[in-house]
Amino acid sequence: MATQHSKSAARFMISPAVLLLLGWMLIPLSLTLYFSFLRYNLLMPGTEEWAGLLNYRFFLTDPAFFDAIWNTLLLVGGVLVITVVGGVLLALLLDQPFWGQGIVRILVIAPFFVMPTVSALVWKNMFMNPVNGLFAFLAKAVGLEPFDFLAHAPLSSIILIVAWGWLPFATLILLTALQSLDSEQLEAAEMDGASWMSRFFYIMLPHLARAITVVILIQTIFLLSVFAEILVTTNGGPGTATTNLTFLVYAQSLLQFDVGAGSAGGVVAIILANIVAIFLMRMIGKNLDA
Amino acid sequence: MGRIVLEKVTKSFGDVNVIPPLDLAIEDGEFVVFVGPSGCGKSTLLRLIAGLEDVTSGRITIDGRDATELPPAKRGLAMVFQSYALYPHMSVRKNISFPLKMAGLDPAERNKRVEAAAKVLNLTDYLDRRPGQLSGGQRQRVAIGRAIVREPAAFLFDEPLSNLDAALRVNMRLEISELHNSLETTMIYVTHDQVEAMTMADKIVVLRAGHIEQVGSPLELYRNPRNLFVAGFIGSPRMNFISGAEAAKHEAATIGIRPEHLAISKTEGIWKGTVGVSEHLGSDTFLHVHARELTQEPITVRSDGEIDIYHGDTVFLSPQEDKVHRFNQEGLRLS
Ligand SMILES: Nc1ncnc2c1ncn2[C@@H]1O[C@H](COP(=O)(O)OP(=O)(O)O)[C@@H](O)[C@H]1O
Ligand SMILES: [Mg+2]
Repeated sequence: MATQHSKSAARFMISPAVLLLLGWMLIPLSLTLYFSFLRYNLLMPGTEEWAGLLNYRFFLTDPAFFDAIWNTLLLVGGVLVITVVGGVLLALLLDQPFWGQGIVRILVIAPFFVMPTVSALVWKNMFMNPVNGLFAFLAKAVGLEPFDFLAHAPLSSIILIVAWGWLPFATLILLTALQSLDSEQLEAAEMDGASWMSRFFYIMLPHLARAITVVILIQTIFLLSVFAEILVTTNGGPGTATTNLTFLVYAQSLLQFDVGAGSAGGVVAIILANIVAIFLMRMIGKNLDA
Repeated sequence: MGRIVLEKVTKSFGDVNVIPPLDLAIEDGEFVVFVGPSGCGKSTLLRLIAGLEDVTSGRITIDGRDATELPPAKRGLAMVFQSYALYPHMSVRKNISFPLKMAGLDPAERNKRVEAAAKVLNLTDYLDRRPGQLSGGQRQRVAIGRAIVREPAAFLFDEPLSNLDAALRVNMRLEISELHNSLETTMIYVTHDQVEAMTMADKIVVLRAGHIEQVGSPLELYRNPRNLFVAGFIGSPRMNFISGAEAAKHEAATIGIRPEHLAISKTEGIWKGTVGVSEHLGSDTFLHVHARELTQEPITVRSDGEIDIYHGDTVFLSPQEDKVHRFNQEGLRLS
């Protein structure tokens, strides 16, 4: 009786929060859905009319759309590979006892606190600029032709910039996971004759599996919607070389003032993000079970 | 084979000297127990032998071979950790065969040895489970299994039973003793529990603050403790110590008498006292007798299980004269 009673009381008491969250999510989502079926252009106010699936046809047959999907996947995949591999290596390094450990660990997290716009601008103007950038300076110092990163390898450059921002996050999570590994397990493996490499692959990496999963899932959510880094560096170009789905939606609805097509793109992006999420959960979700 | 000799071995962590120079020989096939209070350096000593810690100075030889600089895997020793240190993401089978895999044995041979070990340890039905799905006793057995498949020169155990409940501990104690009888391999066993030491050891090494206080068979230590520390540590319940005038009668600074060597009577005896707490175990009764003229501590007496003496009774205690241990001012035994 008592638990039955407290259960309904609990439901009653969390209902405001749940309702608020529902409204918060549902209203924008419904509005987006609604707009996506309208012919709705900001340049022609007052002419909104039902457009059926026209916006979707328009968005999905746009050649930029497939470029955008491909770019999105490359961006997410590239950043994930760099941050997970780099994060594991950095975590291994930071786990070693050395002088000034505390300060170094704090410094490592610093990039995470730099706003994406700022970090992208710093990278663009201070490092990658073919005239004034540090890389150009270094290239000239050793007698090489400076490389114009954002013109010749625009997507890779953006992957690098975004990965730089997310590496600390991955490192920190993986470092905490590594520190929670029972040292007796490593010692047991050492006595069992396992070399450092064997200990890494048979003991440490399986122990890190769950943390790596968390890193991949969280980062994927954020990386699907990378925007600021693209806006301040390449503006999606050259051509559509660095246009991802988020940027395409922005270009459609705000650069071309077509809210209808932009909304349709938004809905498509939501569906694609969910497909990616389902794939991810299928592939690595089992690591999260205790 | 498994003869392990420590010569002048020392170990310091930074400025803290944990093991002062220490010499010890462990014979092939012996069951040696390191016993001492918590923090006295038992684990450190075991880890030095295992090679998990480097000695600060001194020499360790295993079967006549200098092993001081050898890495753990090359010493041919197997260790069972207090936390078991099983690999949680591997099945029991993979756990046990891990050292064989690292040694490069082919899968057929590995499987044969794992099955054999599992049979000895009653683990056959659990080979495909993960450690997380096993009980404490079963995990313990897996840890032992992982050690025996390697056919090591010696086994090292670091408080292997301290995570088990009391009944299981008694069982595992027997199983480990039986394992030692059937394998006839050297075993070094660390514990803070003197009961484990007394019941399992061929040879007990009593440690205090890194020092070896005494080495000997369980009964030697029981009969002839070299000093007050060993006398107080070995035997349960603890030996009673009496100093002052009563000890002077025996020409000693302190005398010790074990609870089982005191006769108790309601009518006559040498020392008079009042019964405090009495613990009835069924087979025995432990009476705590207050005799303030002798000592402030209550004197523990072991007597019959069905004795008819209660709290507050006045009783008389008589020590068996030939069982009185005498110690000098420095706490050393007077023979
Ligand atoms: N890695 C270490 N660094 C510093 N001090 C240590 C370390 N390991 C053990 N000690 C110290 O050495 C002493 C003995 O420890 P240990 O061998 O674990 O004792 P026991 O196993 O007998 O309880 C303790 O005082 C402990 O604090
Ligand atoms: Mg210990």
